[in-house]
Amino acid sequence: MAAGPKYPGFDTLALHAGQSPDPATGSRAVPIYQTTSYVFRDTAHAASLFNMERAGHVYSRISNPTVAVLEERIAALEGGVGAIATASGQAALHLAIATLMDAGCHIVASSSLYGGSHNLLGYTLKRFGLDTTFVRPGDLDAWKRSIGPSTRLLFGETLGNPGLDVLDIPAVAAIAHDAGVPLLVDATFTTPYLMKPFELGADLLYHSATKFLGGHGTTIGGVLVDSGRFEWGKSGKFAQLSEPYAGFHGMDFEDESGTRAFLLRARREGLRDFGACMAPMTAFQILQGVETLHLRMPRHVENTRKVVQFLAAHAMVETVLYPELPGHPDHELCKRLLPRGAGAVFSFNLKGGRPAGRAFIEALRVFSHLANVGDAKSLVIHPATTTHYRMSDEDLKKAGITAGTVRLSIGLEDPQDLVEDLDRALAAARRAGA
Amino acid sequence: MLLEVNGAKAFAYTAAHELDPQKPTVVFLHGAGLDHSWFGLQSRYFGYHGHNVLALDFPGHGRSPGPPLATVEQMASWVLQALDAARIRSASLVGHSMGSLVALECAARSPQRVERIALLGTAYPMKVSEGFLEAARNNDQAAYDMETIWGHAPKVPLGGNPNPGMWMYGDSLARLARLAPGVLHAALKACNDYASGLESAAKVKCPALFILGDRDQMTPRKAAGELVAAVPGARTVALPSGHSIMAEAPDATLDALIDFIAAPVPAK
Repeated sequence: MAAGPKYPGFDTLALHAGQSPDPATGSRAVPIYQTTSYVFRDTAHAASLFNMERAGHVYSRISNPTVAVLEERIAALEGGVGAIATASGQAALHLAIATLMDAGCHIVASSSLYGGSHNLLGYTLKRFGLDTTFVRPGDLDAWKRSIGPSTRLLFGETLGNPGLDVLDIPAVAAIAHDAGVPLLVDATFTTPYLMKPFELGADLLYHSATKFLGGHGTTIGGVLVDSGRFEWGKSGKFAQLSEPYAGFHGMDFEDESGTRAFLLRARREGLRDFGACMAPMTAFQILQGVETLHLRMPRHVENTRKVVQFLAAHAMVETVLYPELPGHPDHELCKRLLPRGAGAVFSFNLKGGRPAGRAFIEALRVFSHLANVGDAKSLVIHPATTTHYRMSDEDLKKAGITAGTVRLSIGLEDPQDLVEDLDRALAAARRAGA
Repeated sequence: MLLEVNGAKAFAYTAAHELDPQKPTVVFLHGAGLDHSWFGLQSRYFGYHGHNVLALDFPGHGRSPGPPLATVEQMASWVLQALDAARIRSASLVGHSMGSLVALECAARSPQRVERIALLGTAYPMKVSEGFLEAARNNDQAAYDMETIWGHAPKVPLGGNPNPGMWMYGDSLARLARLAPGVLHAALKACNDYASGLESAAKVKCPALFILGDRDQMTPRKAAGELVAAVPGARTVALPSGHSIMAEAPDATLDALIDFIAAPVPAK
């Protein structure tokens, strides 16, 4: 292979991509453009901005200079053509689906999803005429079998919630592409530091930026990224992107640009009409996290490995669901797709049923009991009574959850303190279960 | 719209307007491996401001199928045939990089059909390094990396796309990933082999504008000097940009084009 010029490294992009020092003030930090709107130079300039003849900002629901830095930076880290920051990860998922599909369309999705995503697909979108078939993420035949004439999207999480099924992106992407549809992945648990889904074949991805990207448990946000690789017109299934659209002055988005068509419609229709945009202050706060992503993720993984090792050897622990362990069903896939680590969120099954679970959680001192993951601080939750409480027993089982399942999100504390905290809580669980 | 050129389909972006024989026409010609939408903002402007727009995809590029054309001269013939197919008698030609050589060649060959030429990110000779050609010949990813990195100013990856939320490198790589094997090599070789630039420049009868980037790594500004001097009466606008001038400095590029294309053409 010929030696080409070099791209900036991940760490450099995490700090710089998307922002030059502010031309107005020289500010090195990303300025917070806390404004709704932007003064036009004259009427011709205004008309040109509205008609997409000039680059720039009109109204902060559609685009904002601070938010644009975050969008460009995440697109750079993921290797996409661009990104759209949204009010939350759920808003990013909704924006992707609403851009690609009309009523009557169908999705095939992994059954191992965040409870909110399961709700959106299994219940809420049904009200709007969009159906979803759920399949076990590792069952490649089920993915294939479930695709029908109206299917427009395959969707899964890079690491499934909460059993940490590793999505076989190359295999599922090939199935999607054979059917002429894109693969969307939720890459929240892996972040671009641990996995680059586009390099494995995914077409679209999104993050709940609330989690590891922001990284400090302060801010809700999402970001939707397009690889620009899916050929909408060639597929023949996406009139939304490859035929004139009366809802945007007869624009044929793919005529405008094959690689930007999806983001064009998502921004110009999706943000305009659904309005789930990101606020500039939010973008600034998430950017503070992104700037240290490459430092935090290795430590998250290192601490997680120590905790996993401790739990796997403990008498009160039935199973630890972490794909780096040889007993995990996706261990081989993990070695292939996640060589830098399988993230810092995982579940384990506690012996002793609900009383033991309750005692365990209440005895913890360092871990915080709450409904979030991907904080710098270590977190714990009991999915059956919180994030997944709306799911039937059967759906819970399909998602690999039992009454004793506990989910941990490992933070950046001294790992010895985390192990001691868990040891104390497991002792309490043993007493409660005895 | 899809035109029929030499028995093959050819895609032309028209900014969602029907062609009107009463309006002046601006033709946009992209560079090696890219497509019409590299001129997205500028072509859209002219389409919505009293001009017919034909932003063409060369064969094998963007949405035009078929094998790539092997020489700049063949591309010039193809452009003139595309004008025939679109029933356009004459037009202003705006060409970038490889497209600039094609515009130059069209102006030399058919002065009666070319009203103006604007040459962006150009050089003559447009020599391509052997390493770049070889990587493209082998369809090696390194060729796409060279096209992407040298195709932008050095600071582009470190920030600030004027087009909100977009990552210029990613957009370039996504376009290149869609090319059939051999297309980039054919286009680069055509640039490298083009040998009649100065003769063609001397034959240019129409107004000519050079828009050059001060930070261009692919075709450094000084590499256009000989060509600028050879085109009678040519003007130059230098912009703080790399090779992808229309993406890196979209408004300044548009302003230069508006100024140039709106000016009356001197009587021939």
